Parts: sequence; structure tokens; C-alpha cells
Amino acid sequence: MEYSAKVMEHFMNPRNVGEIPKADGVGTVGNAKCGDIMKVYLKIENGVVEDAKFKTFGCGAAVATSSMATELVKGKTVQEAMDVTNKAVMEALDGLPPVKVHCSCLAEEAIHAALWDYCEKTGEKIDGLKKPVDDIDELHNTDSED
Amino acid sequence: MKSIYFDNAATTPVKKEVFDEIKPYFMDFYGNPSSIYDIAKESKKAIDKARKQVADAIGALPEEIYFTAGGSESDNWAIKGTADALEKKGRHIITTKIEHHAVLHTCEFLEKHGYEITYLPVDEFGLVSVQDVKSAIRPDTILISVMFANNEIGTIEPIAKIGKIAKENGIYFHTDAVQAIGHVNIDVNEMNIDMLSMSGHKLGAPKGVGALYIRKGIKISNLIHGGAQEKNKRAGTENVPAIVGLGKAVEIAVSEMEEANKKITKLRDRLIEGITSNISNCRLNGHPQKRLPGNANISFEFIEGESMLLLLNMKGICASSGSACTSGSLDPSHVLLAIGLPHEKAHGSLRITLSKDNTQEEVDYLLKELPPIVERLRQMSPLYEEYIKDKEAV
Repeated sequence: MEYSAKVMEHFMNPRNVGEIPKADGVGTVGNAKCGDIMKVYLKIENGVVEDAKFKTFGCGAAVATSSMATELVKGKTVQEAMDVTNKAVMEALDGLPPVKVHCSCLAEEAIHAALWDYCEKTGEKIDGLKKPVDDIDELHNTDSED
Repeated sequence: MKSIYFDNAATTPVKKEVFDEIKPYFMDFYGNPSSIYDIAKESKKAIDKARKQVADAIGALPEEIYFTAGGSESDNWAIKGTADALEKKGRHIITTKIEHHAVLHTCEFLEKHGYEITYLPVDEFGLVSVQDVKSAIRPDTILISVMFANNEIGTIEPIAKIGKIAKENGIYFHTDAVQAIGHVNIDVNEMNIDMLSMSGHKLGAPKGVGALYIRKGIKISNLIHGGAQEKNKRAGTENVPAIVGLGKAVEIAVSEMEEANKKITKLRDRLIEGITSNISNCRLNGHPQKRLPGNANISFEFIEGESMLLLLNMKGICASSGSACTSGSLDPSHVLLAIGLPHEKAHGSLRITLSKDNTQEEVDYLLKELPPIVERLRQMSPLYEEYIKDKEAV
């Protein structure tokens, strides 16, 4: 398994790491069981993603896809952000090894989860946006065990 | 950049003395050991010598050593060979949850063919309970297979005690000693071991060669069928250079063991102490004392192993992890789960395995480079963020 130079570059120098205080939308997806958790923060003004930040627990591909996905949605309308697919994230990273494709799906889901949160808070509607799967519960279960 | 090799449980470089010994068997003494002319006799002699070197290392007789293509083949042969040979006696095998996949997947294969396998649990240190082994024995038990030392966490199992129980109950006892050979004293008679797997490339021989010790009188079926090599037990023209290398490497490893272990243990303890005292929220996996001299396995909370390995690699450091991402599946190491680690801690493990060629400077370099790497990944981790917020809230 080898990562593209682009993946390594985004892993080594991830864009948009951090939190946005009082973010307009926050989404967390994945679970500790499979080894990937992504948390995405969006700052949205007048229906445009003004800023995006992330925190990720995961492998090199998880970090790189978080970095790329947040880059891709910045400056876009919420509808355009909604349409950023995992495929687009992968292409922008010059591809991912087959076992890592799920990381790009997770990145797409994280963006969607943050957009869902934004819609919940504001009552806005985004075409095609579905309620995110609440995987994260599993994490809390594992946490309470130790 | 200089590369620092801390993954000696994965493989090792071929030793200079071993390579020198092997070289003539490629172009000068290339004869087939089964042929009768002089150059072939040289090949035959070389194999006989290697067989004695390997036998001496574990207190066996040369005729009890059979060369194979590696540790995995040896494990497959011991288990499938016993299952087939003793089918009429019974179809129950006892092993553990922390075996190498060469044992576990072989057992799973047998399950599909009607065998019953008991996978014994281990304690928090990775130790198998001798009492559990005893309790698992049934009238139809044909084999006990327990690894000598674990490849991930380095825990050394109570092999002599298990061997004694197996003997008392008339059950074959196999041990996968791939990680133990050359690091731990092994005497197959004192320990009542009936079959023992070993591999060449873990101790300075080439890859693709190993051996199975089979005690005289133990009857197991063949795995590889064909020609009459290895006393009709393992077909295929012998890999002469590699076998020569295995013999030489085992001989060197055992003769240097005591001195090497002293040095390696000191480095390992410096490493473990340096990491656990300087980085918060980490723990040593495996047994504090009953562990391989070169093995350090540490779990770091809130971060994932592959990311750690990639950043270490950027600093020229080669190590490994039990994270799912490095195993090619979604599950982290079965060994770390078996010792009771929750998934997220199992994903954040780092395995460092030392050899006597490692130096204190290298260990200190890791001790300097690792803390900022862990910190950097934690700053990126939503789990760490949650942990800090919870801590501040208290």
C-alpha cells in the first residue's frame, strides 16, 4: 500500500486543523472501533461556507481526506458543499489505496453531518441532504467501558 | 537521512557472516543434494551441517529437524499434519487467542473440516493460564499449540509447564517459536516440546526458509507431497543456500544470546522508561518481566498507529503498529484485543523491536522524536479534545 505524493503532502501539512468556536455546523462521524473519527466545523454566512476546520483520529488517509474535504468546501454555497463527493476528494488527492477509500466516504459524511447540524440550527434546507448515521454512539459505549 | 531499524520482529537483515557462508552455494556448489556427483555431495554436506546447527540450538537430534519454506509452513504442517494423522483419535485442538495468523487461520481452516478448536484466552499481560490448558483437555484432544513468545507484545508463555501437561496427557505439543529462537533458551526435551516452528529471517538468515522440529516417534502426515527429500517428509529440492544461512544464523544467535540479551534488555528498558515517563496517557502492553528482550509495545491514547508510523518514517525510524490500518482490515490487532485493550487504544499501539545492532544513540533519537509526534497527532484528535474538555470540566 502506498499513498500518493498529494496524500502524503496533505498528511504532513494538513490544512484547516482545529476548531471553530461557535461554529454554525458541527458534525462528527466514524467510530473508534474501526479507527477513524472525523469532526468537522463549518462557519456559514449567507449560505456560503466561510471557513471549515477539522479534527481527526485516524490513519494518514483519514487526515489527508479531512484536509482536502475541508479545503474543497471552503467558499462554496452550502448546496455546492453538499455536492462535494468522496470521489471528488479522492481525485483531488490523486487517488487512494483501495483499502482507504472508506476514509474519503467518511470525509464526505463528516461534511454532510456538519451541514445537517447547520440545517437543524437554522431551519435551512439543502437538497439531497440526509440525517447522518449516528455511528458515534459506539465510541461512547467503548469509552464508558474503561 | 539515516534509517533507524526498530522492526526486528518483522524481519532482520542477513548477517554478514551468514551471507559469506551462503554465497558459494549459488554458483559453485549448485548441485542438487539428491544427486551423486561431487558438487552435489557438497550441497548434501552443507544441509547436514545446517541440520546439526539447528538441532544443537534447541537440544534436538539432527534427524528431528526438517527444513521448510518458513515459519508459516512449519505451523501449517505441524497442525494440519497432526489433524490428519490423528483424525481417528480425535478432532479437538487447543490453542490460544494470541497465536500468529499462521496458526489461527490454519485452525480456522480445520474448523471448516469438522475439527473443534478451543482458543484459550490470555490475561492482561498476554499470559496463557496453565490451569486453562489443563481444563480444556478432552478425551478427543489431539494437539496443544501455544506460541513460545508473542510477536506483538513479546510475552513469553509458560511453555515448559504446558509441555509437562501435554506429556502427562499423551497429547502432542507444538509451539511456534519463531520469535523466541535466539532470544530465549529452548530445550525441547526439558520442555517436552514435540514440534517447534522456526523461521530464518527473524534472526539474520534469508527470507523463505524455516524448520520444523518433530520429535522422534511423533507421527504427522506430510503437507508438501512429492520427492523423497527430508526423509520423505517434505518434498521439494532443498533451498540449499537459505538452509545453510539458517544453520549459520541460528548458531550465531544462540552463541551470542546471553551477551546480546543483556545489551538489548538495557536498551529496551531505557526505551520503555523514556517513553512512559515522558508521554502522558500511554501504557506498556505485554508482561513487564516475562517478555522478549527486544520487544517494547506501547499504546498511546487518542491517536492512531498508522499516522504515528508515517511521521516516524519521515524521521527515518522504522517501527510497526497493531492498528487496523496497518493490518489491512478494519479490526485492530487480535492480540491487543485479547489482552483487553479497548479498540481505540489498540489502534494507537506502537511496536518497537530491537536487535543487538541498535544503539543507545538510536534509542535516544526516538525518545527525542516521539513526544512531538504524539503531541502533534493529539492536537489533531477529536478524542483528545473531548478528553481535555472533560478534564477541564472536573
